[in-house]
Amino acid sequence: MPVAMALTGVAVLLGAGLLGIALQRLPGASRLVYLICFVACLAILGVACAELLAGTLPAPAMRLPVGLPWIGAHYRMDALSAFFLVVVNLGGAGASLFAIGYGQHEKAPGRVLPFYPAFLGGMNLVVLADDAFAFLVAWEFMSLSSWALVMAHHTDPENRRAGYIYIVMASFGTLTLLLAFGLLAGSGGGYAFSEIRSAPAALPGVVLILVLIGTGSKAGLVPLHVWLPLAHPAAPSHVSALMSGVMTKVAVYGFVRVVFDLLGPATWWWSILVIGLAGITCVLGVLSALMQHDLKRLLAYHTVENIGIIFIGLGLALAFSAHGMQAPAALALTAALLHVFNHCLFKSLLFFGAGAVLNATGERDMEHLGGLIHNMPLTAFAFLTGCTAISALPPLNGFVSEWLTFQAILLSPALPSWGLKIIVPAVGAMLALSAALAAACFVKAFGVTFLGRPRTPVAADAHETDRASIAAMFAFALLCLLAGILPGLFIDGLAPVTQALVGARMPAQTALPWLSIVPIAESRSSYNGLLVFAFIAFSTLLTVEIIHRFASRAVRRGPAWDCGFPDPSPATQYTADSFAQPIRRVFGAVVFRASERVDMPPPGDARPAHLSVIVRDLVWEAFYAPIASLVAGSAERLNRLQFLTIRQYLSLVFVALVSLLLVVSIWS
Amino acid sequence: MRDLAVQGAQMLLVLVLAPLLLGFTRKVKARMLRRRGPPVLQPYRDLLRLIRKEAVIADNASWLFRSGPYMIFAATWVAAALVPTFATGLTFSWAADLIAITALLGSARFFLALVGMDVGTSFGGIGSSREMMFASLAEPAMIMIVFTVALVAGSTQLSSIAHYTLTNASLRVSLGLALVALIIVAIAENARIPVDNPATHLELTMVHEAMVLEYSGRHLAMIELAAAVKLLVYVSLIACIFFPWGLAPPNGDLAAYATGAAAYLVKLFVGGFLLVLFETSIAKMRVFRVPDFLGIALMLGLLGTLLLFVSRSF
Repeated sequence: MPVAMALTGVAVLLGAGLLGIALQRLPGASRLVYLICFVACLAILGVACAELLAGTLPAPAMRLPVGLPWIGAHYRMDALSAFFLVVVNLGGAGASLFAIGYGQHEKAPGRVLPFYPAFLGGMNLVVLADDAFAFLVAWEFMSLSSWALVMAHHTDPENRRAGYIYIVMASFGTLTLLLAFGLLAGSGGGYAFSEIRSAPAALPGVVLILVLIGTGSKAGLVPLHVWLPLAHPAAPSHVSALMSGVMTKVAVYGFVRVVFDLLGPATWWWSILVIGLAGITCVLGVLSALMQHDLKRLLAYHTVENIGIIFIGLGLALAFSAHGMQAPAALALTAALLHVFNHCLFKSLLFFGAGAVLNATGERDMEHLGGLIHNMPLTAFAFLTGCTAISALPPLNGFVSEWLTFQAILLSPALPSWGLKIIVPAVGAMLALSAALAAACFVKAFGVTFLGRPRTPVAADAHETDRASIAAMFAFALLCLLAGILPGLFIDGLAPVTQALVGARMPAQTALPWLSIVPIAESRSSYNGLLVFAFIAFSTLLTVEIIHRFASRAVRRGPAWDCGFPDPSPATQYTADSFAQPIRRVFGAVVFRASERVDMPPPGDARPAHLSVIVRDLVWEAFYAPIASLVAGSAERLNRLQFLTIRQYLSLVFVALVSLLLVVSIWS
Repeated sequence: MRDLAVQGAQMLLVLVLAPLLLGFTRKVKARMLRRRGPPVLQPYRDLLRLIRKEAVIADNASWLFRSGPYMIFAATWVAAALVPTFATGLTFSWAADLIAITALLGSARFFLALVGMDVGTSFGGIGSSREMMFASLAEPAMIMIVFTVALVAGSTQLSSIAHYTLTNASLRVSLGLALVALIIVAIAENARIPVDNPATHLELTMVHEAMVLEYSGRHLAMIELAAAVKLLVYVSLIACIFFPWGLAPPNGDLAAYATGAAAYLVKLFVGGFLLVLFETSIAKMRVFRVPDFLGIALMLGLLGTLLLFVSRSF
């Protein structure tokens, strides 16, 4: 029954896509389509939430007579898919609400309206799929519809390049997933998930690597992340929010589904691979984000970092369950899944904020913004909440999931294998480093965009965004706070998922006094977001009250002091690049081979002085540039085949025929 | 009820003692430099005068600029309230463990760096940018220290850690590494020499002072008090983790609390004295030497954690 209801929701979404094609020229079309999406997402969200909390899952599977003849497509909802349905549809509902206002400003709605509901429907179908065929079709559907959305503003050559790289990477990812499912199904060809689960996979290690490549390329694991910071910002902002906040989570779902559910018992070296890659992803993602001055690209790079945090949790859960330590595995898996939920909230919120800024000023480049807090106070407040949450600062939600990940790391000395003993503390240091760098990154993002003085006239003339967008941002900001101060509720909601995947759950949290969370035992570690929040709020109010009542509340406005030498030009402020300069000098010299060149003309020369910064992308240079040049080179060489004489063609055909016959005769 | 009273006493105690510790360090420093120095109670007078004055703020300062000092102070104060100073097992001590206390101080710094950028002057930006650069190394170092201590004591709760140190006192390599690292982090976080100079103005090397340059009146008082409380937090942390002797046990009697308070005062003054001794015997570093200094702390913390992953007996 719940599966049928969810599928009905998906059908409504796909219908909304058709409606988008039909109505694209009408003035109210975008509002109508986004409203339908909003309602459909809320409905699926409600069904999934109710099922997850009622504990009646897994619901019976459903078979639809579509797809391959006589096999059909199977759909099913268990605890894992219900949780990811919650994430997908929460993000979807928020983005649709935001788009009810934001979508009005779209110049070419015909390029967005049909694909947006299809994209949402595709993500829902991936999560609901119960056989490899339905999964792969839905996965490809999701990729292609999001590709169409990336190409919505195709007149910009940069967007066309982003779309090209995205579709190459997406096809490559689907190819590896196809091979992985082929290995999972084996020669018998049982592609239903229930059959795969019951039969041991041939070469499970190879399957793990293939799945890591396939889902990692969609999620943005280093070194497969290169498309992500190009494609996510290129799409309209509500789609960027969906791609960063939700689609990467669908990729995480794919990984969890295959590795924890379908693949059978884990082997310890898998976790080394996952944890190692995840640690590198964290640090490289956040450092790259710090180097950006395009607001949306900064956010996209930061998604890479958060994917790293999620995969650290997943890797730890693999390591623990490979060694039969169920309770720590449940803790690590809960940490990862809670971060999935949290990241969906704050990353969507931040992209909404970036969209509001883009709408108000037409600028994504932080170097042209500044001072927006005065003209856009509500957006600034919501964006600040998102920045605080993503920087893992208490009492908001980002801190809770990172805290749980740290607690899981603290349990890992009990792991017997030496490889893990060495790599886990190193990855713990990387996680701590990336948490601190994330704070720096978001001080930069908020400080340069919203604080200070406006750097351009468009920033000075910015206006507050529309009401629907504000409602979406504030709803997510509120959820960030709720998930931060009442994490116990959310952790308990995840219990059926971990119970099904690793055979254990974290201790029941809501039963504890004062709503604290306790991963293992209270004498070991505990955290109470509610109390910390109440404590901070109480002491802030108390201090304000005492000072204003008994001391002074007089305020005088005057020109900025600036050590006595205020400069009237806003160009003297710190910019995004100058803010990141110390960190670039400390870390960038190694990670990006960053270097600065100062061209100082000699006295008497009227040329202006020039400072140029060179930041290299070593991942691109090491992995992608050689492949690209190899493909281009071989294409160039094969090109010659077009200009042969007829005799040469005939001999080519003859040689091909003979060698084929040889192969056939040797084969049999 | 009694538990709440003890918790309240702890919150008041840190608030009252923080300016005293600052005044004490200034006095000792002046004496070591053969100056007479301001009286020990001078920080109290400064704070009182500041909060009575009207606040002059820049024309383009936003609401964040005006509310920031209170949030910074509150976050620091709450962090201080959670560190056992004279007694363990306080009512709210299980509300946040050592990782959460580190993150609370991180929240305070996050807002301090933001308000530094609010008015849009070059000094504010330089301060914020450098503060975040220092923090990007100091915070992971602190987390690694927490890992080391937590792996030894089997807990990230400060009360449990103090209890462990009291009952299993022994010299350990990993704890030694953690102590050195924590001292380095404490110096950097409190903007002391050799990382930053709390007494300087109008120098391009200043970090903390550059961020708060636009503040005056009660806002400045809040930030100064928050800085004083932060210094107290770090001294208390070192005392609680490595030298917990004298701490009153949970539900102790009045005599135990009095002993705890006396021991705490002694620890504060010894800590303050050692800090000044170190400060006067070293020169300030260039800004881009500081990452090396903090990198030592990070490496020591990581080494301590690695040793404990290899064997619990280090």
